[in-house]
Amino acid sequence: MLAYILRRFGSIFVIMFLASIIIFAITQFLPGDVAQLVLGQFATEEAIANLREEYGLNRPFYVQYLDWALNFIKGDWGDSLVNRMPIFPMVMSRLRNSAMLALVVLMIYVPLGIFLGVLAALKRDKLPDQMITTVSMVFVALPVFVSSLLLIPLFSHYLGWLPANSSIHPDSSFGEALPFLILPAIAVALNSIGYVARMTRAGTIDVLRTDYVRAAYLKGLPRRQVLFRHVLRNALLPTVTIVAMDAGMMIGGMLVAEVVFGYPGLGRLLLYAMQNQDLPLIQACSMVAVTMLCLANLVADLLYGFLNPRIRVK
Amino acid sequence: MTDMHRSKETIVPDPILDVKNLTVTYNTDRGPVYTVRNVSLQIAAGEIYGLVGESGSGKSTLARAIVRYLADNGQIKSGSVKLGGTDLLALPMSKMQQVWGSRITMVHQDPAAAVNPAITIGEQIAEIARLHLKLSSAEAKAKAIEMLKKMRMPDPESVAKRYPHQLSGGMLQRVVIAIALTTNPQLLIMDEPTTSLDVTTEAAILDLVRELLTEYKMAVLFITHNLGVVANICNRVGVMYAGEILEEGTVQQVFRSKLHPYTRGLLGCLPKITDDKRNVSLTAIPGYIPRMHQLPSGCIFSPRCSMVEDECKTVRPSLVEAEAGHFTACRRWEILKNKPELLMDSQHARDFTKHEEGPVVLSASNIKKHFSVSAGEFASLFKRGQTKIKAVDGVSLGVRGGFTLGVVGESGCGKTTLSRCIAGLEEATSGEIELEGELIPYSVAKRTPAQRKSIQMVFQNPDASLNPHYTIGESVSRPLVLMGLPKKEIQERVRQLFNAVNLPEDYINRLPHELSGGEKQRIAIARALAAEPTLILCDEPLSSLDVSVQAALINLLIKLQDSHKISYLFISHDLAAVRYISDWIAVMYLGRICEIGSAEDVFMPPYHPYTEALLSAIPIPDPDVRQERIRLEGSVPSAINLPSGCRFHNRCPRKIGRICEEQEPPWQNVSEHHRICCHITLDELRNLQSEVIVRQADSPREVRQC
Repeated sequence: MLAYILRRFGSIFVIMFLASIIIFAITQFLPGDVAQLVLGQFATEEAIANLREEYGLNRPFYVQYLDWALNFIKGDWGDSLVNRMPIFPMVMSRLRNSAMLALVVLMIYVPLGIFLGVLAALKRDKLPDQMITTVSMVFVALPVFVSSLLLIPLFSHYLGWLPANSSIHPDSSFGEALPFLILPAIAVALNSIGYVARMTRAGTIDVLRTDYVRAAYLKGLPRRQVLFRHVLRNALLPTVTIVAMDAGMMIGGMLVAEVVFGYPGLGRLLLYAMQNQDLPLIQACSMVAVTMLCLANLVADLLYGFLNPRIRVK
Repeated sequence: MTDMHRSKETIVPDPILDVKNLTVTYNTDRGPVYTVRNVSLQIAAGEIYGLVGESGSGKSTLARAIVRYLADNGQIKSGSVKLGGTDLLALPMSKMQQVWGSRITMVHQDPAAAVNPAITIGEQIAEIARLHLKLSSAEAKAKAIEMLKKMRMPDPESVAKRYPHQLSGGMLQRVVIAIALTTNPQLLIMDEPTTSLDVTTEAAILDLVRELLTEYKMAVLFITHNLGVVANICNRVGVMYAGEILEEGTVQQVFRSKLHPYTRGLLGCLPKITDDKRNVSLTAIPGYIPRMHQLPSGCIFSPRCSMVEDECKTVRPSLVEAEAGHFTACRRWEILKNKPELLMDSQHARDFTKHEEGPVVLSASNIKKHFSVSAGEFASLFKRGQTKIKAVDGVSLGVRGGFTLGVVGESGCGKTTLSRCIAGLEEATSGEIELEGELIPYSVAKRTPAQRKSIQMVFQNPDASLNPHYTIGESVSRPLVLMGLPKKEIQERVRQLFNAVNLPEDYINRLPHELSGGEKQRIAIARALAAEPTLILCDEPLSSLDVSVQAALINLLIKLQDSHKISYLFISHDLAAVRYISDWIAVMYLGRICEIGSAEDVFMPPYHPYTEALLSAIPIPDPDVRQERIRLEGSVPSAINLPSGCRFHNRCPRKIGRICEEQEPPWQNVSEHHRICCHITLDELRNLQSEVIVRQADSPREVRQC
């Protein structure tokens, strides 16, 4: 198991390294020069040259990259070009908010997706299965900004249950934020429920067909016990993977939802950074997103290892 | 219809399982298919009833109908199933669930699939003990260990804590049997319980089942396609064909008198352990099992029966009692009774030209194939390249022109890797491969077209070795196209090849899925022949096929060898088939040959102790054959941690001491061509060993002394 964890960490290190190069390179080669951006378009040639010298922009690419990467690891992420504030605390505060949103999203779509998937598998080819498969497919196809725009009038205007705008103070506690999190979380979750449900359905159907499930029934075990003790443990293995692989889509969906609902999370910060071409902030936000994605995959792998003794014992 | 069964039902006075006139259908697109029709059988306590038949005979459906666990489209149309007086078919499903696991348990074919990979062994046994025996969880744990002990499992406490993937197939089957016996059920159904196991493991499992039944007095329904296993373990046997039982009686009655042409056909398909291709040819049953939705109107076996009369084709015969307790569904059973060798005596001497010893076609010396263990264990990160699987570790052998060398051994002994190295599909690590005196490269990619042409292969699974998108004619013509023959000549050659493998020419444009398994294997042989090879490597070519199809293919292979003067390297775990088809036999264990010699010599003492154990484990379809009982401990060790000294020492029943653990055994020459690799001297071996397989004196056919 230790070897397994070490191996996963090793691969995460490689992925982060490659991702950091790409992120750094893209921000470097974007049109516009940092010095130009800071000083505005009416700056003199000389002022730009001076600032370039000051920022070290004339050094070779790899020196700039190493400098940036080492500082990033140290937690010295520099100041925002736009509002001159230190980036690290700003990103961390938004990351906390996004994590709260992600938690609510997961709590909605994972249990619901698994439940619907298992239900569909048990009622295979019957009405509940057909309904679940069709409806979940509709939600998969529905982009977050569309579903948001459908959810807002329904839940806040007609029903009046939930607030339409989630632009709370960035330092609100989880309890304070919760009512504002539900609607954006639903918008993001709808997109993923379908995947989880379909994956769970396929996994469950495969396991239901196995000899050991037949053997469990023929042991005389009640249906419920067969399902919970023998089927689900094996059937949910692929689901765990899909939830982790879906983390990327979820982060993308959250970005959109944060913007639509005005929620002060990492996504909105990233959008803000991009609108203002605040390069250090873009780099920092992107790196944090990549890190989160890697961690999600790590958690999934470890969970998979825990559920699957064939990996665990090695 | 009920009349015919009246007498049959009285045979077992107090049956535990009483099945009467059971008919089962499956609803398909073409309407209902009657997969099991009017089957009756009774099994008493402590009795093992063998249900034997080829694939598609309906035997598994019958078992599933008895426990009422049919597929969704399956339906019991009529009949009754009584278990100790309880009418199972009348029970509501909720009550039936209480019967499962407590009064009926089942053991299935593949033990690795029948246990949950995510739950420990102990818990899987304890679970059924808690449920039906109402034990507390501590008591159930103890019960699990007790059951494992009863299965002669070494170190049961630690096994109970392990997960299924940490046990071998033989050990898992013991676990499955332990689960099945925990509640001491009235009926145990075993559906091909040893089919996926090695012959030595199979023998050990059968011994175990036999011993356990003296303690547990249950009724056992034992389903198998292997007549040898039936003769070995069952008291009574029913021969099933296309959904009906055609013959039933005690094992002695059925195997001695064989009062149905189908039973005789099945037995005629199997080479006897003393048979030799030069003296005896096998009698294959012509044709195929009829499709269930287009059954013949008369006797269901009539289209394939060589004794068929007009009346057989119009009236469906019912089971009649020929001797006390012996039933047959053949109208003409009296003829069979009077002529015990009828239908069997066509095993006439084959006109096989015994040619002079040809030149050595293939000579392999000191072939090694070592695989590096890929990442997976932490240690291998540091000592990469040091952990090696020595699949083949120094094998030397030769094949002469027009002769067959058989290679036998348990799974994992390296026989398949060896053949792939010779074919060049796997690059050997070291050693020399000579083809007709000429050294050839390891990799097939580096061999010349002529060398490639000379060595062809026939694989185990014809479904996987034929491209499903090519017509079989195209598959066969492919080697000819590569040889650059003109189109017209190719067509002519393909026609000849189809004739050679007994397939009609109008099959040429068919796709593989339109063919049966046996026909596909014929195509694979035709494709191998197309290149006009000097050597064909046959890797378990028969093991996915039914016995009646096997016999026809063995006959075909021998005919082609005689007419085309081809050599075979014939790999199989079926020792009787290897004995029959081979002139020479090499016995492999853990990457090495431990005995090699002519087929006659290898089957006669002195044996290598491993050969002796293999021979003793062969299930022989003849209750009159006596076999020495030599059993091996444990399973084949992993080829990563090879035992020191003699590789066989930790399982060897004839181990003589430290020398076996410390020194590599020497080769000893028994005769000019018969060599054994063992520390025990030949004289001692001769003293210790007697002939493993002996046919008893009253049998009509003598053991041929070699």
